[in-house]
Parts: sequence; structure tokens; C-alpha cells
Amino acid sequence: MNAISDALVITKRQLQQLYRVPEVLIFNTIQPVMFVLLFRYVFGGLGAGIPGGYVQLLMPGIFVQTVTFTLAGTAQGLAQDMEKGLIDRFRSLPIARSALVVGRTFGDGLLNIVVLCVMGIAGYVVGWRPTSGPLHIFLGFVMLLFFGYALSWVGIFAGLISKDARVVGNVSFLFTFPLTFLSNAFASTTTMPRPLQYFAEWNPVSTMVAAARQLFGFHNIFGATANSYPSQHPVVTSIVYMVILMAIFMPLSVARYKNSGNR
Amino acid sequence: MKSVVAENLVKTYRKGSVKALDGLTLEVEEGTVLGVLGPNGAGKTTVVRILATLLKPDSGNAQVAGIDVVKNPKAVRQVIGLSGQYAAVDETLTGWDNLVMFGRLYHLSSSDSRARAKQLLEEFSLTDAAHRPIKTFSGGMRRRLDLAASLIIHPKVLFLDEPTTGLDPRGRMEMWGVIQGLVKEGVTLLLTTQYLEEADQLADDIVVIDRGRVIAQGSSDQLKNQVGGERLEIVVSESDLLASQQIVDRISHAVSNVDLGLRKISVPVNDGTQTLVSVIREFDTAGIHALDIALKRPSLDDVFMSLTGHVAEER
Repeated sequence: MNAISDALVITKRQLQQLYRVPEVLIFNTIQPVMFVLLFRYVFGGLGAGIPGGYVQLLMPGIFVQTVTFTLAGTAQGLAQDMEKGLIDRFRSLPIARSALVVGRTFGDGLLNIVVLCVMGIAGYVVGWRPTSGPLHIFLGFVMLLFFGYALSWVGIFAGLISKDARVVGNVSFLFTFPLTFLSNAFASTTTMPRPLQYFAEWNPVSTMVAAARQLFGFHNIFGATANSYPSQHPVVTSIVYMVILMAIFMPLSVARYKNSGNR
Repeated sequence: MKSVVAENLVKTYRKGSVKALDGLTLEVEEGTVLGVLGPNGAGKTTVVRILATLLKPDSGNAQVAGIDVVKNPKAVRQVIGLSGQYAAVDETLTGWDNLVMFGRLYHLSSSDSRARAKQLLEEFSLTDAAHRPIKTFSGGMRRRLDLAASLIIHPKVLFLDEPTTGLDPRGRMEMWGVIQGLVKEGVTLLLTTQYLEEADQLADDIVVIDRGRVIAQGSSDQLKNQVGGERLEIVVSESDLLASQQIVDRISHAVSNVDLGLRKISVPVNDGTQTLVSVIREFDTAGIHALDIALKRPSLDDVFMSLTGHVAEER
């Protein structure tokens, strides 16, 4: 039980940091809201013929994009802790070795809850109306949170192997940005060049976007060239992806953290 | 009883290309202060990191408070405090937040953590700044807070890695005062430093290390005798050189060293100030004008010079 309570102390520390530097929270919410407004009004015309309009397909896309982008923040935050002498103090304390990294993933999860709420409201304001009913809407958000949580372990690992906190944030962004665009999040995959189509269909971002659309009550007309498995079963595929990501990156990260003093 | 024992520690970095520790052995008696003195790269930080369980030695063994650091690191962490070269606290948070957080991580209850934080902030004269982010602290305040954080659980053994490096003279004096207070309370302390003066002020015993090995050990007085203690150095004009040397030799009861090029007379002295005053008086009577006159205390460089024959090198 100590491992959990130790991790929660670290999570509390992150919340205190947000309180001390509120700009972090503000930027983290302003950016996705800006994306909502830009895409809604710049590309809104693309969705002619979509029931409810483009915004119905857009919002799940932006939700997924946002939780994916928080990976960079996770990586950067952890890399900063590793750079300063602070990490030595944590490692000299009689606490579980996993506490620092697990605590941070909890903290970033909480941040995602706040950000998703703000975006949900922003989406509603610009016309997003999920049709599936409260339970499914709730499940949709829960799944988005877990997707973000699974990805935060990738961020943790990136933060642990990085040598410079400023660089790792930018590098993570270089991966997550194309990952969210080479997907069905903003445009149909069927109009992409053939090789990209395969990538886009199996991309975890696409399956998660499709899963969210399904749970919010929209048919995902943006995916699926050839009735591929991920486009047919987006919820199952997404859950499998999350399990795989965590099964790989959790043990890798904890092992890496344990050995981080021996560099 | 020995609180810290390290035997034949060896540690290499980068796959053996850099030997940080090369069979280092040291001991700290319970309730005493050991100063580990050496230049940058001598292996000071590596010893501390091994003893504080942050690093595993390649070979050799070490016990802290009777517990093996390699076999039972978690138990060691429950009885030690560590304060490193850099203030290891969260800079965005306040001093209060930091101390309460570390108290919780030492598994104190919420109210105990707060009580201990309050007590430590008072003890270290940080109460006024308690609710300001650490970012706004001076270097000396940061170090004090860092030290406070390492004392939360009343550690049996405290490790301080270069506690005053980078501090201005005032911050250094404050830090010495704080450390001397701890020593009075009877904490067992292992302290690393680059400054002979600091080891002299704070430590009961000193080990001098170079290239990962202990090259000398003993009390501060023993080391100083080995190095030769203070030296009186006088620069005079060339015409006064011979007369000056005779005066200096007579007063110091020793044979001085004369550098003809620099016109400098240098002599080891036991009672430095007394000799200095006598020499100046005699010079006055003889009408000799000294261009420069100074008492030189042995520095780390002198210790190194006399112990190893080479200057303290950074690696």
C-alpha cells in the first residue's frame, strides 16, 4: 500500500506545482480549445452531408489528439526532475522505486480530466452533440482518459532516456504531431495515398478516435477502406493497444528508473 | 562503534574507461565528523553516492549504521540523510510544501510532517520565507532548506556532499554555523569538501583522497604537521635580500627558502602571527622595507603538493 500512497504524495506535488505555475494549466487548456475553434470553423465546410456536421466527427479527433499531446509534457516534466539533483533525494528516500513515475502518470491523468472537461464544454458551445446517452458518453471519456494514461507511460520512458528536458519535449511533439494527423481524426483516411492508408487505419490514434465516435453515437465514416479489423472493432482494438503499450513501457520505465543512478 | 565503514570500494564509469574509485577505504566513528578532502574528480561524490545507496560499487563493500548498502539499501535509506552539491528540492514549491512532502515520503503522518516542517524551518531560520517558492531563495537559504530536508527523520548518519560549494562567504559562514550546531547534537557526519579550511573547521578526522584513493588521513593538526603548517612569505628589494634572510632565519629558528628571481623569502613558522610581528619590528629597526609580507596557511593545493608531488588536478 505504501507504493500507492508514496505515488500520491508525488501527484500532490504536481498539483502544487500547477497551483504555483498556473500558466501550465492555462496553456494546456487554451491550446486544445484553440484547435477546436480553428478546425471547427476552418474545415467545418468539409463535412457537407455529415449528419450533425463536421464538428461531430471533429470533437472525438481533438479529444484524442489532446490526450496524445500530453505525452510531451509528461516526458519533459520527468526529464526536468532527472536533470536536477532532486532525483538523488527521491532515490535516497525509503520509498517505492515506482513512486516518482507512477505519481507523475496520476498527475497527468488528473490534468487530462480537467482539460477534457474544458474541451467538452467548448465542443458543446460550437455545436457538438453526442447522441448516445449518458452512460456511453461517460464510457467514452473514461476510455479517452485511459488512452492518455497508457500513452503517458511512453512519455515517462522518453523522459527517462532523454539527456535534456528541453529537447525531449520537442522530440516527443515531433512524434505525436504526425501520429495524430496520419489518422482518421481530421480527415478521411480513404483519400490518403495507399501506404499511408494502412498506417492510418492501424494507428492507435485512429482506433481510439473511432472508438470515441462510436461511444458518442456517431458512425465513423472517416475510417475503413476495406473493412479492416481495427475500423470494424475500434473499442476492442484500442483496449488491446493500451494494454500492449502499458505492458511494454511500464516495466521498461521502472527498470530504467532503478538504474538511472548508474550512468 | 563505527557508523560508516567502506572497504576497498572500486567504481568505474563508462565501461571501465574512467576509474572514479580505486580501492577506497574509510571509516567514520559514531558521533564524529569525517571530512573527505579532495579536488574535483577525486571521487568524493562517488563515495557519497555509494554510501547513500544511489550507486552500486563494482567491488568492495560498505556498511552504514551496521547495514550493508548493497544488500539492504532500503534499510539504509531509513537511517541516512543526504544533502548533495545541488539543492535537491522542488524549486517551484515553497519551503513548507517541500518539507511536508519529504516528511510524507519518510512515512510520517500528515500532522507529524507538518509539525516537523515547522520545527525545521524555525531551526534553520527560514520561517519568514516558508511560504515563498524556493526559486526566490538565495543560494544559502536553498542549501539550508536542503539540509533541513535531509534531517526530517533525525538520521543516524548524515552525508553532506560539498555543502558550501558555490556559496558566497556569508552563505558559507551561515552553513558552517548550522553544521556545527548539528555536530554538537552528536550527529555522525561524513562531509566532502574542496577546502582544507572547511575540513579544519568542521571535521574531527580528515581523509585526503586523490584519483579514487585515500592518500592521507588523520586529524587536522596531524595533516597540517605533515604539510608543514603555516609559512611566512616576504618579498623585499634585491639589496635587502641577504639582511632580510638573516633576520627571518634568526626569528623563526629555521632555514628559509629564497627565490632569487621573485626576491621572495619563505619560511615555515609555528606561531605565525607572533613571528610576523617580530619580523616587521626587526625590519623596521634595520630600515628594511618589505614589499610584501604574508602568512600563508596551507591550502588544498599545498596538501596535495606535499602529499603527492603534483598539483590538484581536475579530471
